[in-house]
Amino acid sequence: MIEEYRGVWVFIEQSDGEIAGVSKELLGAGSKLAEKLDVPLAGVLLGEGIRELSSQVIGYGADIVYLIDHPVLKHYRTESYMKGVNFLAEKYKPEIFLYGATPNGKDLASAVATDLSTGLTADTTMLDVDIDKRLLEASRPAFGGNIMATILCKKNRPQMATVRPKVMKALSFDESRQGKIIEEEIVLNEEDMRTKVINIVKDVTKKANLADAHVIVCGGKGLGDAEGFKLIHELANTIGASVGGTRDVIEAGWLPHELQIGQTGETVTPKIYFAIGVSGAIQHVVGMKNSELIIAINNDPNAPIFEVATYGIVGDAHEVVPKLIEQVKQLRVEQGGEVSYV
Amino acid sequence: MSEKFDVIVVGAGPAGTACAYLCAKSGLKVLQIERGEYPGSKNVMGGVLYRKQTEEIIPEFWNDAPLERPIVEQRFWMMDKESTVTFGYKGLEWAKEPYNNFTVLRAPFDRWFAQKGVEQGVLLINETVVTECIVENDKVVGVKTDRPDGEILADVVVLADGVNSLLAQQLGFRKELKPDEVALSVMEVINLPKEKINDRFNLEDNQGCTIEIFGDSTKGNLGTAFLYTNKDSLNIGVGTTLSSMMNAKLKPYDLLDYLKNHPMVAPLLAGGESVEYLAHLIPEGGFHSVPKVAGHGVVVVGDAAQLVNAIHREGSNMAMASGKMAAEAIIKAKERQDFSEASLNKYREALYESFILKDLEKYKDAAHTFEHHPQYFNDYVPMLNQAMSKFFTVDGTPKREKQKQIVKGFTGEKGTLNVIKDLYRAWKAVK
Amino acid sequence: MHIVVCVKQVPDTKIIKINPKTNTLDRRSAPAILNPYDAHAVQEAVKLKQALGQGKISVLSMGPPQATEVIKKSIEIGADEGYLISDRAFAGADTLATSYALSKALEKIAAKHPIDIVICGKHAIDGDTGQVGPGIARRMDIPPITNVIEVTKFDKENRIILVKRKLTNGYEELEVQLPCLLTVEKEINQIAYSPLPNMIRAARYKPNIWSVGDLEAVDKAQLGLKGSPTVVGKMFTPPKLDGGKLLEGAVDEQVKQLIEVLSERKELLNVK
Ligand SMILES: Cc1cc2nc3c(=O)[nH]c(=O)nc-3n(C[C@H](O)[C@H](O)[C@H](O)COP(=O)(O)OP(=O)(O)OC[C@H]3O[C@@H](n4cnc5c(N)ncnc54)[C@H](O)[C@@H]3O)c2cc1C
Ligand SMILES: Cc1cc2nc3c(=O)[nH]c(=O)nc-3n(C[C@H](O)[C@H](O)[C@H](O)COP(=O)(O)OP(=O)(O)OC[C@H]3O[C@@H](n4cnc5c(N)ncnc54)[C@H](O)[C@@H]3O)c2cc1C
Ligand SMILES: Nc1ncnc2c1ncn2[C@@H]1O[C@H](COP(=O)(O)O)[C@@H](O)[C@H]1O
Repeated sequence: MIEEYRGVWVFIEQSDGEIAGVSKELLGAGSKLAEKLDVPLAGVLLGEGIRELSSQVIGYGADIVYLIDHPVLKHYRTESYMKGVNFLAEKYKPEIFLYGATPNGKDLASAVATDLSTGLTADTTMLDVDIDKRLLEASRPAFGGNIMATILCKKNRPQMATVRPKVMKALSFDESRQGKIIEEEIVLNEEDMRTKVINIVKDVTKKANLADAHVIVCGGKGLGDAEGFKLIHELANTIGASVGGTRDVIEAGWLPHELQIGQTGETVTPKIYFAIGVSGAIQHVVGMKNSELIIAINNDPNAPIFEVATYGIVGDAHEVVPKLIEQVKQLRVEQGGEVSYV
Repeated sequence: MSEKFDVIVVGAGPAGTACAYLCAKSGLKVLQIERGEYPGSKNVMGGVLYRKQTEEIIPEFWNDAPLERPIVEQRFWMMDKESTVTFGYKGLEWAKEPYNNFTVLRAPFDRWFAQKGVEQGVLLINETVVTECIVENDKVVGVKTDRPDGEILADVVVLADGVNSLLAQQLGFRKELKPDEVALSVMEVINLPKEKINDRFNLEDNQGCTIEIFGDSTKGNLGTAFLYTNKDSLNIGVGTTLSSMMNAKLKPYDLLDYLKNHPMVAPLLAGGESVEYLAHLIPEGGFHSVPKVAGHGVVVVGDAAQLVNAIHREGSNMAMASGKMAAEAIIKAKERQDFSEASLNKYREALYESFILKDLEKYKDAAHTFEHHPQYFNDYVPMLNQAMSKFFTVDGTPKREKQKQIVKGFTGEKGTLNVIKDLYRAWKAVK
Repeated sequence: MHIVVCVKQVPDTKIIKINPKTNTLDRRSAPAILNPYDAHAVQEAVKLKQALGQGKISVLSMGPPQATEVIKKSIEIGADEGYLISDRAFAGADTLATSYALSKALEKIAAKHPIDIVICGKHAIDGDTGQVGPGIARRMDIPPITNVIEVTKFDKENRIILVKRKLTNGYEELEVQLPCLLTVEKEINQIAYSPLPNMIRAARYKPNIWSVGDLEAVDKAQLGLKGSPTVVGKMFTPPKLDGGKLLEGAVDEQVKQLIEVLSERKELLNVK
């Protein structure tokens, strides 16, 4: 009986006592859905020694926190987390259940959806509900085109989706918010676990840089070849920006794959985003459209990138970019110092 | 070293596939090696596929093959800067079985054709480059590929590796091509909705048209251009001999651009979207350049053997026919278990008795005539256009007077005798 | 050691071009290829088999009859056997129904040769979901390890492997008991250039093709469209975003305007 299922849930990803950004964003997005459906919003929090995080989950918008605190849950593992989440979902029956589209979020959601025998929409970038039918409308860029598809799960509950990081907006933290904490216990034995986390290594190289960069120069296939792509590096060096590329550029081997921006790469939200020789396919645009100022350079006036760009220059990158570099350098001379973006 | 095959065919163009298909069909163990991602992935042609030679390999192929349109009209344009004299033939009998010719796109066609071979038992492997023939005691006994453990043996190796045939060069059968023996041809596939094509070329859905363009299509260089209709795209291309391109310091792209923007051509293409750009060589040496085509354990077919009739832009048909003759010779050789040059020379004999070498011999001087006498393209095409313009312009001049003027126009500058000489020379070349 | 790799045939999205004005695919349809991640999955199986000095690699695919091509491609890379499940009843499957059908086929394969490791690609490039792998693992009740970037150790005696798994920023090292399921990232290995004998074997190879009837104890309600809880509701062009101001004038002029814009937004630009 699908009517038994009520409430919007968000899986809260945490590590080292910190809630992942995407979980906060999902609480923001989830609260809108919950309001429309007139149901409470819940955060699902699993881990070891994470009780204190409950108040944060509430502060970011949850009305209820479902909590399981257990030593076996110290690190994320599919087998243990899945047990906890399945248990909660079967007991409390949410109608909508959202996860971040991160490695762990996707992993967990896929396992849970299989056990609960329900539908799961991957890499959603837009969320809404049909209030009458109480249907989650999870939209994502569809295969191959500049087109979005709305995926529905009509007959099974919960309706589940993983959601791209950085596309939803978190609410600002409200310390005074009140909520209910429901703690549950489940039986988990370390001896039953078939996987062990030996070590977690944080990587603070390029990839992290790109996600946090304030200015990004992204080059596309329009640069022609690896040689032409050097212009992108040159501009980035001149203004102190990070370099990124489209999937086509990565496939062509002009950049390492961790520098791909878009649906299957990084989602970025810099202050300034240069898209040069980038057509603006939807799969790319979902990964950068929340940048503050978008500047596009493309020789095709009809390129879809101009629909996203704050400012567009129709022209040949090989002509425009060297001029831009030259003028920035000149500006530096005039200002008698460094030009850099912070 | 791994197993041994009866036949290894290098290349999966029309020549190689025709040969592989027929050998496999008669029960031989055939390995076909293609360097492209799949057969046809990089192959290029203007797009006229001849029914007859294809049918001789696969009867009623038109029911199954990925063809574009049956050709019902062939037009010839003598094009000047702002005018063109055109003639041609349209016959609706060509719109039905058994048809005459078809337009095709090579990528799907070659793939389909090779698949037919596979269905006959050919073992086809792609993305593998044959780097050399393995020669033992002056006999070709197999090939070496660029893959690890890449050697493989066979009784007969068929070189169907196209115009450059490095393999035939390595064996010393032929020399590197000279710039005046090959044409460089560039073409584009331009998407255009079916309805527009039908309108602009006055066609029904199941009818195609070819236009061969002479004159101002090549900026006065020896060569020709073409415009063919596919289902919902056009193939447009232009080629000149490598030597004239070098002499005139022409860039192939510029030539094609010039053609696409020509006032006679542009309206036919308007609104289309270029989806593919291709460039390829065409062997144009003709009869004089045909190399040695059979040796111990090896035969050479198709473009690799320079079997192209440049004047009538026939190539794929000669490729298929030569592949077929080679297959027949190989099958006989297998029966005799004799793969010597003498045995495989049956192929050479068949080739020289067939239309292929007869046609090539007929036109053997044509290309040279035109190359050394550029006036055919530079002078006579414009003259013809001026003549037609004069003749058809209604301006009150009596027709008899017009004819006089026209004749004067032809002979005035050059002198009557020269014109007659030129005409005789041209007639001799293509007669 | 028996490794089964799940491989999917996908359209080559590198080649597919869409017309941005009409939102339609270029009709010159892109060729179908082996999902690139799955190629790495097969390669990893080959690597493991070589390191162990023994073992058998099977590949499994669900799809139309043409999907035999990706099985042949897998044989080129070094797989030993290939199975295709192909039936109208499978058509229209979402990830849930796909993992069900594949797990039924795996059951049948395992009945003959017990399976030690299943390897999938991180995701299929046509849908980018990455949900099928973990789904299969749940149905087989073996641990799924997603986003694997390296198999560092293979302890045959204790039937344990050590793997590195990619995280949002960094990676973790896991010790996993066999049998298990891995989904692999591209950086896990480089696809080797296949030796000629593999190419010939692949050209000759005839995959095993199974229909629904060939599988044991299948609940048809869980297959294909019927067994798929998700449906596509509507397709739409994303709402146009604002912006879209094209700068005008000669290139120099435009670049100058751009520099002005950048300088105006002082909060963005910091000239030291
Ligand atoms: C499931 C799926 C997931 C995907 N995920 C991603 C993803 O995460 N990230 C991503 O980027 N893509 C992704 N894609 C691919 C995406 O659909 C596009 O194919 C890709 O973004 C296009 O890259 P591009 O803009 O560099 O190349 P193109 O589309 O080829 O565009 C090149 C542009 O450069 C312009 N240009 C050409 N010459 C010049 C010149 N001299 N000067 C200036 N401009 C010039 C052209 O007008 C054109 O607009 C995905 C696709 C699928 C199917
Ligand atoms: C622009 C243009 C227009 C034309 N128009 C027409 C026309 O309208 N009608 C017509 O009948 N003919 C036309 N031709 C000629 C026709 O294309 C050729 O004559 C015909 O393709 C010859 O077939 P082939 O099999 O000998 O060679 P190809 O078709 O060139 O095939 C050779 C094959 O061998 C492969 N190969 C080469 N080297 C190796 C190697 N070392 N190892 C493995 N594989 C290898 C290649 O990848 C290729 O697939 C045209 C040619 C051009 C360039
Ligand atoms: N139809 C299929 N046949 C075989 N394997 C599949 C199929 N669909 C998905 N897979 C496997 O599951 C992985 C993830 O696919 P997906 O969840 O569709 O992104 C792929 O890389 C394959 O290994």
